[in-house]
Amino acid sequence: MVGDDLLNAKKVTVSFLINGEWQTGIYDVDLDIAHGEVLALVGESGSGKSTFATSVIGLHNKKQTHVTGSITLDGQELIDLPDAEENRVRGEKIGMIFQDPLAALNPLMKIGQQIQETLDIHDVYQKDQYHARVIELLDEVGIVNPERTAKQYPHELSGGMRQRVMIALAIANDPDLIIADEPTTALDTTIQAQILDVLLEIRDRKETGILLITHDLGVVAEVADSVAVMYAGQIVEKASVQELFEHPLHPYTRSLLRSNPEVDREDDELYVIPGTVPALSEMDHHKDLFLQRVPWMQDEADVDIPDELVEARPNHFVRGTAWRTFEFPDQKG
Amino acid sequence: MWKVIIRRILIMIPQLFILSLLVFLLAKMMPGDPFSGLIGPNTDPKQIAALREAAGLNDPWWQQYIHWISNAAHGDLGMSYTMKQPVSTLIGSRMVNTFWLSLLAMILTYALAIPMAISAARHEGSLWDRILLIYNSVTFGIPAYVVYLLFIFIFGFTLGLFPTGGTVDPNVSGFFPTLINKIYHMILPAITMALLGTTAIFTYLRSGILDEQTQDYVKTARAKGVSEDHVFTRHILRNALLPIAANFGFVITGLLGGAIFAETIFGYPGLGKLFITAITGRDYSVITALILLNGFLALLGALLSDIIMAIVDPRIRIE
Repeated sequence: MVGDDLLNAKKVTVSFLINGEWQTGIYDVDLDIAHGEVLALVGESGSGKSTFATSVIGLHNKKQTHVTGSITLDGQELIDLPDAEENRVRGEKIGMIFQDPLAALNPLMKIGQQIQETLDIHDVYQKDQYHARVIELLDEVGIVNPERTAKQYPHELSGGMRQRVMIALAIANDPDLIIADEPTTALDTTIQAQILDVLLEIRDRKETGILLITHDLGVVAEVADSVAVMYAGQIVEKASVQELFEHPLHPYTRSLLRSNPEVDREDDELYVIPGTVPALSEMDHHKDLFLQRVPWMQDEADVDIPDELVEARPNHFVRGTAWRTFEFPDQKG
Repeated sequence: MWKVIIRRILIMIPQLFILSLLVFLLAKMMPGDPFSGLIGPNTDPKQIAALREAAGLNDPWWQQYIHWISNAAHGDLGMSYTMKQPVSTLIGSRMVNTFWLSLLAMILTYALAIPMAISAARHEGSLWDRILLIYNSVTFGIPAYVVYLLFIFIFGFTLGLFPTGGTVDPNVSGFFPTLINKIYHMILPAITMALLGTTAIFTYLRSGILDEQTQDYVKTARAKGVSEDHVFTRHILRNALLPIAANFGFVITGLLGGAIFAETIFGYPGLGKLFITAITGRDYSVITALILLNGFLALLGALLSDIIMAIVDPRIRIE
């Protein structure tokens, strides 16, 4: 049912084996997605959003990656699933959409074959229904001539059509959760809107939960129900979309929103967050890592803060204490 | 596609013309001629001069070329000066030998190189991978004739497991005994050639697999729930085999070219051995015919490779 819990991630920590040392990429992430909810996970490159998505579906390199904590989907623990069970979950319970649909489709297989492969692995549909199901799926994602497209190769399609095909692939077995990793980044603006519409339509019809990974705040405002902001492998702020856009609290969220270009704003210059996300080896997850990049708050950058987020406003969670005092220099009294 | 193929074949005509001209001139520029070796203390120089005149060797080069190329166009490649046989007959009989030996060597090469590449790539960075990499660098770098001689010495001479030359023993008769005896003669050279010939296929396929397995579509396949084994065979391997398939056009036409070192050292009467014999005997008509044949095969191989590529890779359409 809509609103019931679908995905529960508790204290998810991911470390990578780099040059013989285990380094923490994401630390203590708690996230919940309900049936029919679109949760946007935002943050700049290197913040760990894709790493989180990869651990949910188990696509990380298991020899060099270590995931602890708990990720449950409808009550089923996903971390350290046996291979066979994991393959069943992938494509049947969770569908995934990638950023670049041309690279994400096998160049040597016809569209129909690629969709059929996922039908074939999972026994959700009978063999004699495969063809009809392929056509139905392509139709559902808004492909005008599904019979023809099924017989084409990826390179024969436009970028927008390829991403529609990717969505068709992801939803082939009616999964409960769709992970969309930057699904519109490689597309131009008009196509972006169409692709997002397709995703929302599927959500509305099938009550699918969607984990939307993006750095595009415009996309978030348009489609998400709730937002989690990630920085240096940690969630720094979580709230509903409206709440977050109206009352951003954490310095990072506020900087992100301020550096987002808007047509009707009359700033002379776009705000730029100085510096970059620190390297994994330099992340001390007991501090508010973003403050390293705020020149006027260096005193607070060294203070240890609790792991837990605080509920600053109703259903609005934020990390650390810096949000209480943070102000942009040009806006100070 | 047919139009393209026909056009490509037509383009081969001027290419062959330039090739034939080059081959002819280079052969002419070699010092000496078929009669040089005949001059002994008792030979009358006038007699040699008369022979040269009769063979047309004193005509201007372009006359000799026109004469040669118009005959070649009719399938008459001239007479071998030293072997006193029509060149086409010589080449014809050797080509059959060469074809079977090269075919066996080719099959063995693929049978060795493909599993080597797969196992190396699947265990990238392991000891086994490194052993195979070293093996393939060594066999690529080592002069082939050293290994051929060593193998003849060990397996042919010392252990007596295989014959050391020829295509068939003189006392064998009957269809099947002859066939088996012929294969028996081919095994040692073919195995040796295969052992030394894996590098190109191995390197292409190994790096192809390593390349393909990092591609996004492999992630998609895993995200669909495809098992690791099928991800490898249906997605990674199939896509990594493309360059191998394309290269096959060259390989299959190369079967008729002859293996110069292997045939010469194993005393196997194929085109490669004929080529060396012709060069040492300054047998122009044979040399030019063989180089022309190899040039033609290379052009044909390129065309064949393009056609194969267009068939196996849907992204490539020759138009």
